Amino acid sequence: MSTLSYAARDSATMLRRNLKHALRYPSMTFSVVAMPVVILLLFNYVYGGALGSGIGGSSKGGGAYIDYVAPGIILMAATSGALATAVGVCVDMTEGIVNRFRTMSISRAAFLTGHVVGSVIQTMVAIALVIGVALAMGFRPSATPVEWIAALGVLVLVTLALTWLAAGIGLVAKNPESASNLPMPLTFLPFLGSAIVPPESMPSGLRWFAEYQPFTPVIETLRGLLMGTDIGNSAYLAIAWCLVLTLVGYAWARRTFNRIGAR
Amino acid sequence: MTAASTTAVPPARTAPALTAVGLRKSYGDKVVLDGIDLTIPEGTVFALLGPNGAGKTTTVQILSTLLPADAGQARLAGHDLVREAAAVRAAIGVTGQFAAVDNLLTAEENLLLMADLHHLPRREGRRRAAELLRRFELTAVGRKPVVTFSGGMRRKLDLAMTLVGDPRIIFLDEPTTGLDPRSRRTMWEIIRGLVADEGVTIFLTTQYLEEADQLADRIAVLDRGVLVAEGTAEELKRRIPGGHIRLRFRDERGLASAADLFGTATREGEALALRIPSDGSIPALRSVLDVLESVALEAEALTVHTPDLDDVFLTLTGQAGPQKENAR
Repeated sequence: MSTLSYAARDSATMLRRNLKHALRYPSMTFSVVAMPVVILLLFNYVYGGALGSGIGGSSKGGGAYIDYVAPGIILMAATSGALATAVGVCVDMTEGIVNRFRTMSISRAAFLTGHVVGSVIQTMVAIALVIGVALAMGFRPSATPVEWIAALGVLVLVTLALTWLAAGIGLVAKNPESASNLPMPLTFLPFLGSAIVPPESMPSGLRWFAEYQPFTPVIETLRGLLMGTDIGNSAYLAIAWCLVLTLVGYAWARRTFNRIGAR
Repeated sequence: MTAASTTAVPPARTAPALTAVGLRKSYGDKVVLDGIDLTIPEGTVFALLGPNGAGKTTTVQILSTLLPADAGQARLAGHDLVREAAAVRAAIGVTGQFAAVDNLLTAEENLLLMADLHHLPRREGRRRAAELLRRFELTAVGRKPVVTFSGGMRRKLDLAMTLVGDPRIIFLDEPTTGLDPRSRRTMWEIIRGLVADEGVTIFLTTQYLEEADQLADRIAVLDRGVLVAEGTAEELKRRIPGGHIRLRFRDERGLASAADLFGTATREGEALALRIPSDGSIPALRSVLDVLESVALEAEALTVHTPDLDDVFLTLTGQAGPQKENAR
């Protein structure tokens, strides 16, 4: 068999291993779901009234506040999934099984690929659950089937980017605790974007950051696809950000993995 | 005394399974390995003996491709360690100091994972997993998650996972450290079986002289990154003067008279005890008692001290006490 097909086969083996973990310990998936659901409940039922009327006059709003906030919070399931990836990779690193893999004649990429693909699948399941909760709470997207598929495509891209970054974080973290703390800023970024309120309502410095950080175009694209708001050039920016972050995360994680022990 | 003696190498039946020349490794200015040379004939057990921090694990990590050496070369199963790392990995199996098992999977799934990673056909993988579970007496718990296993069971599973790929050279890094005596014996039986039945070469590291003695054809003693001795267990023991009979007396007078009787003895003044060099055999013991009896001198306590790792180090690292080396 060629090197490439061995690499694919080893990656599939590693993927099966990670999916088995996810199926046997569904609590991991539920903890990924829990964070965005709690935030959704909080922002819809507790702050929703005030925030909804506050942004009601803006061009973004119009309908119920949940229709504004849900797309951003669905995205938070992806950041929450990244956190789980970092912890999962780090647990493998600290428990010695990675050293076993590294002494075996298997594709070097397989370990990370298996983790990342497994995490993307797990996160997409979590995203589906969060969408389900949002729908149950009264989220009423106006998207056509094609727009839904496009929205899911954007979510897959952003999840892939965040997961590769998280894999790198999991490799450099000293222990699972710090692996779960390091991606924390990532989970806060959507709050400093257009997830909860439009950047126009923010003070100027913060507003500048909110408009140019990667999550805002992703959120605007999702919101546009699902709710029919104006997307503008956000879609191109979102895709560009996702591709760049995926490449950076991939290169960083691969390099870190190959350099284990060489430091 | 020169450190290493390489006179009694068993006649090489084939090319050596492992050779290493001048392996060096340091972290910053801390030298961990300072020029290690090794030759291990195929189908033999080699033990690297040393205290914590001697560089045993570093040696294993370098030879198992986990860590690059700063200098030196090595060949394993005919392949260059660095240039043909993939071929080396295909020939070796490593069981490290801490069980490298997947805690979230069952024992059987762990073995099947290894089978898949070795690209065995599914049926062959299942067959081999079942066989290894039986051989390691893990069949009854094969479907239980590893997280519920005891330390001894995890080590056994770890070794079983290493064997899935049929390695020709197996590295066992302190395979019994932390195990209870019974699990340790079981592990020894398994290791002996591997060499006898499958003719694999074993590279073992241990802190226990007894373990090296039980298992190894040849033993090398590593201290602070340098090999200070190499030979068979017998050869090493002959160079260790630590074996003695220790007699403790009630008072200074008893100690003094006994010291006069046994010319070669050393006094442990404060403990009122006397060390008489001895191999600890029954006749040696009897002769000591006979001498005491003949002058009606009574010792309060008698202990037999056989050479242990402490003695090896005291002797071989040049930090020996006042004792002189036994004549051969």
